Amino acid sequence: MNKLQITEADLHAFVDAQGPQARRAEIEVHLAAHPEDAERVRAYGAQKRALQELFHPVLDEPLPEALRQLTSRPTAATAQQDKPFLPRWSLQRIAASVFITLVSGAAGWLAHGQYHPAERMAQVTPLARQAAVAHAVFTPDVRRPVEISAEHEDQLVTWLSKRLGTPVRAPKLGAQGFELVGGRLLPGNSGPVAQFMYQDASGQRLTLYVSTEIAANHDTAFRFSQEGQVNVFYWIDGKFGYALSAGIDKGALARVASVVYDQLDRN
Amino acid sequence: MDSRAILAELPRLRRYARAMVGERAAADDLVQDTLEKAWSRISQWRAGSDLRAWLFSIMHNLRVDQLRRPALSTSSMEEDYVDPPTRATQTDRLEVQNLESALARLPEEQREVLLLVALEELSYQEVASTLGIPTGTVMSRLSRGRERLRLILDGQQPTVPLRVVR
Repeated sequence: MNKLQITEADLHAFVDAQGPQARRAEIEVHLAAHPEDAERVRAYGAQKRALQELFHPVLDEPLPEALRQLTSRPTAATAQQDKPFLPRWSLQRIAASVFITLVSGAAGWLAHGQYHPAERMAQVTPLARQAAVAHAVFTPDVRRPVEISAEHEDQLVTWLSKRLGTPVRAPKLGAQGFELVGGRLLPGNSGPVAQFMYQDASGQRLTLYVSTEIAANHDTAFRFSQEGQVNVFYWIDGKFGYALSAGIDKGALARVASVVYDQLDRN
Repeated sequence: MDSRAILAELPRLRRYARAMVGERAAADDLVQDTLEKAWSRISQWRAGSDLRAWLFSIMHNLRVDQLRRPALSTSSMEEDYVDPPTRATQTDRLEVQNLESALARLPEEQREVLLLVALEELSYQEVASTLGIPTGTVMSRLSRGRERLRLILDGQQPTVPLRVVR
């Protein structure tokens, strides 16, 4: 995920849900910081929906007879203009093969459009939900929010790295007003995952959930999810899945998420 | 081409034509011309290619021909044209509430790109190949079209682009 400048084309790709997932997340971060762009994106999305609503009824209108007849090859002179040397039976055979190709092509296209994102969702959505649940369970705990506190950050990081089988570290969020409280080990889908907890001066808590259970490291996604009262930004970076959860508004969380991403990316 | 395959595309062709042309009878005439043209060019149809895209590009070309025929041939300077800032005062406010009439005020090139993206939900690359233009041009037309539509619906008066006689 590279932090290129957000272009006009990016804003449209965002409205139309085109372009890579990773880019969407960067655009989301940009929009959180640029209300005038966010307003345009909102207006363009509203336009799109209004156009769809306005013209959708045409799809359900009965077809005029003249058009219905033209779904079959016209038998009049027009038919003869086209390759008169081809006998009619051969045209029909071509038409049949085209139709078969078309149907299988359409099926393939549908499969691509529907199953691919669904497959991706199956990997990503549980991450956000798990993180939000872990956040909701441990952040209200006054006395034991973490297993190892920030005083022993070295031990915490060494231990979590060992248990996860790969180096992990706690990003520094002091500039954003959040200090590390500590961390803990949690059960994930099939093994251990880590949770780092932060707190600001007002007592507002934020958790970073780190999973190494990402099976397919083919994609880097950066997405937003609202799980009840908890807002979650999550993304996949190689074999790591990260989810940043807090009960703070989306824009503020996006700014922190961007900082976390930058720090972890320098690993 | 198979009757059922064409039949399946007809509602979408009609919807797009309605949005492009506005008036129902004229829109259906355009669809009819499109189908006739498609049958007369059946030899150009490549097996396995996208029937919908093929029909939409035939419709696009017919529309270009139609618009060229009646009056002097004009081409929009829209591509190079930068909208000057508009004044948004109460007196300038044009009460255009109607999306349909706002849409009709877009230049043809912007309207077709916007509709292929918004109604047909084609990818930008598909729009580019359907219209036979580069993707960059798709993006600039989409951007101008959306912004212009937004200003019209906001009651602001977008400036009329200059057109040159070819």
